[in-house]
Amino acid sequence: MALLQIAEPGESTAPHEHRLAVGIDLGTTNSLVATVKSGTAEVLLNQEGNKLTPSVVRYFADGGVTVGSQPKAEQADDPANIIVSVKRFMGRGMADVARYGALPYKFVDAPGMVKIETVAGLKSPVDVSADILRALRVQAEAALAGPLVGAVITVPAYFDDAQRQATKDAARLAGLNVLRLLNEPTAAAIAYGLDNASEGTFAVFDLGGGTFDISILKLTRGVFEVLSTNGDSALGGDDFDQAIAAHWRKLHGLASANHKDLRRMLMAARAVKEDLTTADDALAEIQLSYGQTLNVKLSRAEFHNMTAHLVERTLSPVKKALRDAKLSVDDITGIVMVGGATRMLHVQAAVNGFFGKPLLNNVDPDKVVALGAAIQANVLAGNKSGDDMLLLDVIPLSLGIETMGGLVEKLVPRNSTIPVARAQEFTTFKDGQTAMAMHVVQGERELVKDCRSLAQFTLRGIPPMVAGAARIRVTFQVDADGLVSVVAQELTSGVVAQVDVKPSYGLTDAEIATMLQASFTYAKDDAAARVLAEARTDAQRLIEAVQAAMAADADLLSATERALILQEIERLHRRQSEGDAPAIKASIEKLSTATETFAAKRMDKSVAKAMTGKSLDEIAKIGL
Amino acid sequence: MSALRIDCVMSPDFSKSHFALFGQPVGFDIDAAALDQTYRDIQREVHPDRFANAPDAEKRIAAQWAMQVNEAYRTLKSPLARGRYLLKLSGIDTEEESNTAMPVAFLIQQMDWREAVVAARTAHDDRALEQLAKDKRSEERTLFELLAAQLSNVATMRDARETVRKLRFLEKLGEEIDLASEAMES
Repeated sequence: MALLQIAEPGESTAPHEHRLAVGIDLGTTNSLVATVKSGTAEVLLNQEGNKLTPSVVRYFADGGVTVGSQPKAEQADDPANIIVSVKRFMGRGMADVARYGALPYKFVDAPGMVKIETVAGLKSPVDVSADILRALRVQAEAALAGPLVGAVITVPAYFDDAQRQATKDAARLAGLNVLRLLNEPTAAAIAYGLDNASEGTFAVFDLGGGTFDISILKLTRGVFEVLSTNGDSALGGDDFDQAIAAHWRKLHGLASANHKDLRRMLMAARAVKEDLTTADDALAEIQLSYGQTLNVKLSRAEFHNMTAHLVERTLSPVKKALRDAKLSVDDITGIVMVGGATRMLHVQAAVNGFFGKPLLNNVDPDKVVALGAAIQANVLAGNKSGDDMLLLDVIPLSLGIETMGGLVEKLVPRNSTIPVARAQEFTTFKDGQTAMAMHVVQGERELVKDCRSLAQFTLRGIPPMVAGAARIRVTFQVDADGLVSVVAQELTSGVVAQVDVKPSYGLTDAEIATMLQASFTYAKDDAAARVLAEARTDAQRLIEAVQAAMAADADLLSATERALILQEIERLHRRQSEGDAPAIKASIEKLSTATETFAAKRMDKSVAKAMTGKSLDEIAKIGL
Repeated sequence: MSALRIDCVMSPDFSKSHFALFGQPVGFDIDAAALDQTYRDIQREVHPDRFANAPDAEKRIAAQWAMQVNEAYRTLKSPLARGRYLLKLSGIDTEEESNTAMPVAFLIQQMDWREAVVAARTAHDDRALEQLAKDKRSEERTLFELLAAQLSNVATMRDARETVRKLRFLEKLGEEIDLASEAMES
C-alpha cells in the first residue's frame, strides 16, 4: 500500500529494478508511445524509425492486420477496410457518426456504439483501437527489451464515460495493464510545466485530429490542479479536411464521389491544409477513378474563410471553462498549445486574439501529451516517489439520474475534482412499489433525451410501503480514471443494487480475458510465463513494502498482528518459490488483508502529519 | 465477521467533522490559504495515484480517503456549503427543499431579477447581464456577512436557515445568468 509509498525518505523499500512503463497518446491521427529513461521522458521510435505511428488499421480477408504508415499510404486503395480516425467512433452511435460528414465505411448499428463492416468481419472501434495499441505495445516492448508493467493511456478531457470505458477496454484487449486514463491537456501540462518549471494559472488549448479540449490548470510546486475543463469531443483537424473536400466536391460537381475518390480528396485536403500553414496558396492533383485527374487549388484566405465557423466553435468551450473556473482572461498566465491542428494559423490567431497573450508552444505540440503520460506512468509504476507531483483532475460532464417527467437531477456537477462520491436519496411514488428503475445519464442539459444515457438498471426487493416511505440512496462514484459506478440502496431494508457503468456493448472482465487468450498474437505459454513473472514481482514488492513499513512503524502493531503478518509473509515466500501464479496471487491477497488494519493506521498517521502542516519530507529535513 | 470488522477499520473516519479533518476551528470564518495547503498535503498522502501499485484493498481505502477529502474541501471552500454544513453540525435542517415561506419582498426581488435575466438574454444585452451579475454579487456579500454574524452566535443560529435559503436562491440566479451568457455566446 502506502506501506510502500509512505516509507520514510532515504529508506529504500525495494531494490530498484526499473519497472518498464509507458505513456501512450492514442490519437485520432497519430499515436505515440513514450517512456522515462534515466530521468528524461522520450518518445520511442517505431520499426520504421518514426516517432509518430499513424492511427490507421487495415484488415485483410485472411485475418491479417497492418497498422501505421503502410495502411495510411494505401488508404485510397481499399477505403472500406482501412480504418482512419477510429477514435472519433469510440463509444459513439449511428446518429453521432453521421455528423462527421461523408466517410467511406459501411457502419452497422450495434448496442452502445457502431461497428464497421470489413473483409475480416465486423470490427468495433474498440477492436480497431486495440489493434493500434497492440502495435504500440509490441513496439515499446521491443525498444525497451522487456514486458511492460503498465501504461498510462491518454484520453481527451471531454471524453464521456462511454468513450473512456471503450478506451480502457481497448487497452486491456491489447494486453496492456492500464495504470491510469489521463486527460490529454493534463498530460500536456505535466510535460510543459515540469519542463519550464512553470507556476501560475494556465490554459491548455488542445485541438487534435478529432477532438477539442480546453483545460484551465493551476500549477503550484508540483501540484497540477485542474480548475475546469470543457471541449467538443467531435471537433478536430478532420473537420477542416472535410470542409475543404466538401468545397471541392461542390466546385467540381462531384457530389456523389465513390469511396476511393472520397478518401483521395480527404488526403489531398489534409495536404493542402498543412501547406497553408506556411504558404499563401496550395495546389493538389487528385487522381480520380476512371482516369480522371482533378487539379485543385486553395488560397489561405479561402481556407480560413470556409473554416472560420470551426475555429469559432472552439471559443465557446473556452469561455465556459473560464466561467466555471471563476476566472477571466486576465488571470491566465499563459496558453499551452497542444495538438497538430493548433499549427493552423487562424486557430493561433483566434486563441491569441481571445486571450491577448502569447502562445506557449516550445514543446512539440504532437509529442507533449505522450511525454506527460510517460512521466505519470513512471511515477505510477513506482520508479519514482510521487512526492513531488500531484495531479488533481476533474470530471468533464455532470452526472445525473432520470426523475419524473424525463428530467435530469444532477448528482455530480461537472468539474468536480475526482475521485468523487456523491449520494442522494429518492423515494417511491406508488403505494406498495417494490422495484425502482434507475437511469444514469451524463451531460449538462435538463432533459434526459438531450443527455447521454450511461446505464439503466432496476433496484428490486424494496419492501412494500406507502408511497414516499422508502428511502433509496443512490451513490455515484467517479474514480481517478473518470469512470463511473453507481450503487443504489434501500435504506430501511438494506437492499442493494450496484452497477459499474458499462457501455451497452458490455465487455465483461471475463470476456476480455477470453478474447485475450484467443488472440493469436498471444502465444499461450508466453501469456502464462508473463503472468507468473508478474505475480512473483508483485509478491516481492509487497513483501518488501510490508517489511519496510513494519520497520518504520513498529509501534502501530500489536503482537498478534505482527505474528499474523509474519506468518503470511512466510507463506507468500513459499508460494513464490513454487511456480503457481494463482496460488501466489491468493497468498498476496491474504498478506494484503492481514496488513489492512496496519495500513489504515499508517494512513491515519500520515494524514495526521499532513494536517499539522508537516509533510514527511519536512519532518525528515527537520531531523537532519 | 472478520470482513465486517475490517470494513469498519478500513473506512476513513467519517464521524470526524470536515473542520477537524483540515485542522480548522469549527466556525464560518476560515483560513482559506491554510485550507488549500492542507488539502494538497493530505491529497499527497491519500491520492489514488500513490496507490497505483497497491493491492486492491489498499486502493479502495485510498480512494475512499481521497473522496472524503475532496468532499470536505468542496464543502469548506464554498461559503454557502460551509454555512449549511455548520447548521447541519448543530442539528439544524435548512429546509431548502420543503420551506418555501420566504419574505414577500425577497421573492418579488427574485422574480424581478429572473425576468431581467430573460429580458437581457432575449435582447442579447451583455451589459444588462453584467449589471445583474454585479447586483447579485453585492446582495450575496451582504447576506454572507449576515450569515457569518448569525452563525457566530447560538441564539441566532436558527435565523441563519433563512439566510442560507436566500443564498440558495441567489446561487440559482447565478446559474441562470451563466446559462444566459452561454446562450448569447453560441
